[in-house]
Amino acid sequence: MRTRLALAWFGLVLALPVVAADYAALPGGSFTSVLPADGKAAAAQVAPFRLRTEPVTNAEFLAFVKAHPQWRRDRVASILADARYLSHWTGADTLGEQALPQQPVTRVSWFAAQAYCESEQARLPSWYEWEYAAAADATRRDARADPAWREGILGWYSRPSSAALPAIGGTANVYRVRDLNNLVWEWVDDFNALMVASDSRQQGDPDLLKFCGAGAISLQEKENYAVLMRIAMLSALKASDTTNNMGFRCAKSE
Amino acid sequence: MKRLLPLFALLLLFGGGMARAATPLPGDSIYQLTVQLTDQNGRQQPLAARRGRPQLVTMFYTSCQMVCPMIIDSLRLTRNALDPAGRGKIDLLAVSFDPARDDIATLHAYAGKRNLDPRIWTLARAEPAQVRQLSGVLGLQYRRLPDGEFNHSSELILLDAEGRIAARTTVIGRLDPAFVKAVNETAAAP
Repeated sequence: MRTRLALAWFGLVLALPVVAADYAALPGGSFTSVLPADGKAAAAQVAPFRLRTEPVTNAEFLAFVKAHPQWRRDRVASILADARYLSHWTGADTLGEQALPQQPVTRVSWFAAQAYCESEQARLPSWYEWEYAAAADATRRDARADPAWREGILGWYSRPSSAALPAIGGTANVYRVRDLNNLVWEWVDDFNALMVASDSRQQGDPDLLKFCGAGAISLQEKENYAVLMRIAMLSALKASDTTNNMGFRCAKSE
Repeated sequence: MKRLLPLFALLLLFGGGMARAATPLPGDSIYQLTVQLTDQNGRQQPLAARRGRPQLVTMFYTSCQMVCPMIIDSLRLTRNALDPAGRGKIDLLAVSFDPARDDIATLHAYAGKRNLDPRIWTLARAEPAQVRQLSGVLGLQYRRLPDGEFNHSSELILLDAEGRIAARTTVIGRLDPAFVKAVNETAAAP
């Protein structure tokens, strides 16, 4: 009996992440998103939540894959992750030069990101949570009206996508959260809810009635190109897709 | 020895059952996903329990006034257009985008109002996170609006007996002959 208990403890310890991930508390509130909540002009309501201060790294994802072998690249179901899933790792459970331990993990599908967050008793952030956190800089909760801030973020998008990714640990924003705007693209829980597909123009055409509801979503804050690019990217993806630069971080409800 | 015979029989039975369950699920089957469905009669069943029979699947919500009634109509039209031999081999499944409001009683009332025979139709709900996952494997988009309505894609999806997406159509409100053909072929497959 005692052995069994000890074994159970050992298993529990093994299942825990090496170092518990750091989450910052964000107060939330009413937030002017580039995606109006009603598709027209309504502000988004963000409930208080906690957000991982850094994206998930290769080292952390490797530990997850070892504890949950169904997420190894040689075992994962193809409907949950495409053929490029973790393909820059040297092996199914080894990292290598193309995937340094402190680099953010990329080439992960939305399903894999979700499963990882679940292993941290967390979830993926919603788009509004991510956008809200990413609107802050080191001193302001909402820096979006500042042209210099926008320029700085846009600079990241001109970086070639084939260049090696920096390690995590950029400058913290006012909430203590790092690397939101200038390291990787990040999955959000409701990536397939953003819907700025051109298909929404077909609303009302009975032969091509693809979307139902209140109609096309109009984008606000059009000068905020960087955020709009994120939305365009997320909207174009399927849940099993992986890309060179798409990583993720997790969130928790308060 | 004689007393052992029932035991052997039992072993064979279990062995047989296990062999069947152990047939590996294809990697591209949506049944790879763990989703717990609750139907209009309160019956709980994993999504993967539908393995073995082809399915026509869609997602909808009952309070939808615009296109959802047409989605249900389109499923019915499609089934009615099938070869009689294939019609009995296909199940219909409609999962709600709106588990907060589409509880069992609401799904049950909707099935009654629309005359959806429970031997053919399953209207189901799942927990919100699983609804999002299901929409992910089916390639459907949805977004809840502040007034409680949803923006969502409207499609009919054909799953083969192993849960692989065999065909899909965005044609809603009238028949899509190419889709009907695909369903007939899948239903006729051994």
